[in-house]
Amino acid sequence: MASIKMRAKVTDGVTTIKALISHPMDTGLVKDKKTGKTIPAHFIQEVVCQHKGTTVMTANWGAAISKNPYLSFKFKGAAAGDTLSLSWVDNTGEKDSADATIK
Amino acid sequence: MKKLLTATVLLGLLGGFTLPAQATPQEDLAEFRAYFKNRFPNTPFNDYINGVYSIDAASREQWEEIEEFPPYELNISKGEELFNKPFANGKTYADCFVNGGIGIAERYPFFDSASGKVITLEATINACRTSNGEEPLDWQKGAIADISAYMHYTSRGNIINIQVPNDDAAALAAYERGKNHFYAKRGQLNMACADCHVYSSGNKIRADLLSPAIGQVTHFPVYRSKWGGIGTLHRRYGGCNKQVRAKPYKPQSDEYSALEYFHTYMSNGLESNGPGARK
Repeated sequence: MASIKMRAKVTDGVTTIKALISHPMDTGLVKDKKTGKTIPAHFIQEVVCQHKGTTVMTANWGAAISKNPYLSFKFKGAAAGDTLSLSWVDNTGEKDSADATIK
Repeated sequence: MKKLLTATVLLGLLGGFTLPAQATPQEDLAEFRAYFKNRFPNTPFNDYINGVYSIDAASREQWEEIEEFPPYELNISKGEELFNKPFANGKTYADCFVNGGIGIAERYPFFDSASGKVITLEATINACRTSNGEEPLDWQKGAIADISAYMHYTSRGNIINIQVPNDDAAALAAYERGKNHFYAKRGQLNMACADCHVYSSGNKIRADLLSPAIGQVTHFPVYRSKWGGIGTLHRRYGGCNKQVRAKPYKPQSDEYSALEYFHTYMSNGLESNGPGARK
């Protein structure tokens, strides 16, 4: 689905990952101006980042996270050339993931 | 009849100095640049394209961080997709633009002598659509902003060089119309664009800084955090008019197109750096 743009860089043993995820993050509280109907809640609930089979970051999100969320975090223990995998699951069960090589 | 003739000859001899000569666009531009150079002596000319981030270190730091992974990246990708997708009749946007639409966005707006109108990029995008049997796009946000974002991205670094030919009265009239809009007070708050963006540029307006008018258009279309999305220049013009409680003009109206013509001319010599990210 290609909803994740990701970049990862390692400096002095600390890897910084930046990701921009394309997702409407609808809260379920907004009405469609044209139809008057409530737009159903559609937001990412969990984001997981894995490195060599280990989960290095789990994020539990809710409706308060904005549309097209930008995420950045750091962790230790990875080296340049390693592959990272970022995946998300939303409240409707939709999911997506992307891989990036640490530079 | 003889008296009239004498009077006319006399006036001619006097050189008709009863009316002051109107400043040329070139003179306006020189004055504009001198004003801002004086107001922000530490800002290098090229940095004006970064708006308030050229005059405030703290917000620049935050903005530079955002620029490492900018929110408008999604719009550029989307815009590229839309730009390359052929119409139902098989033609593409590339067929409507010089150089296939790549690296030319900074040439807009320009004055088209044949039609007597200021032609903007968005207007050309929609003209391309309608002439190829497609529905026109909404003017302020969505697909048109995405396509404009992509086209401007391909123009990054190109120098803006809008022409206002001194021998074309209609072009000068459009320029003057834009200039008048910029300096005229309007709305319940009775303020002109210049009041904030020239005379009060660099000052605070509640929690925001007022950007200088020079270099103000170079980063459009813009991703505004306030909008949570990307929008066109005319969308912002409408917003600004509303903020001084004036009734906004329609996007792509003659008024806003003229304003864009004047406004972009004032950024001549600066690099195009769209799409941009702003608060």
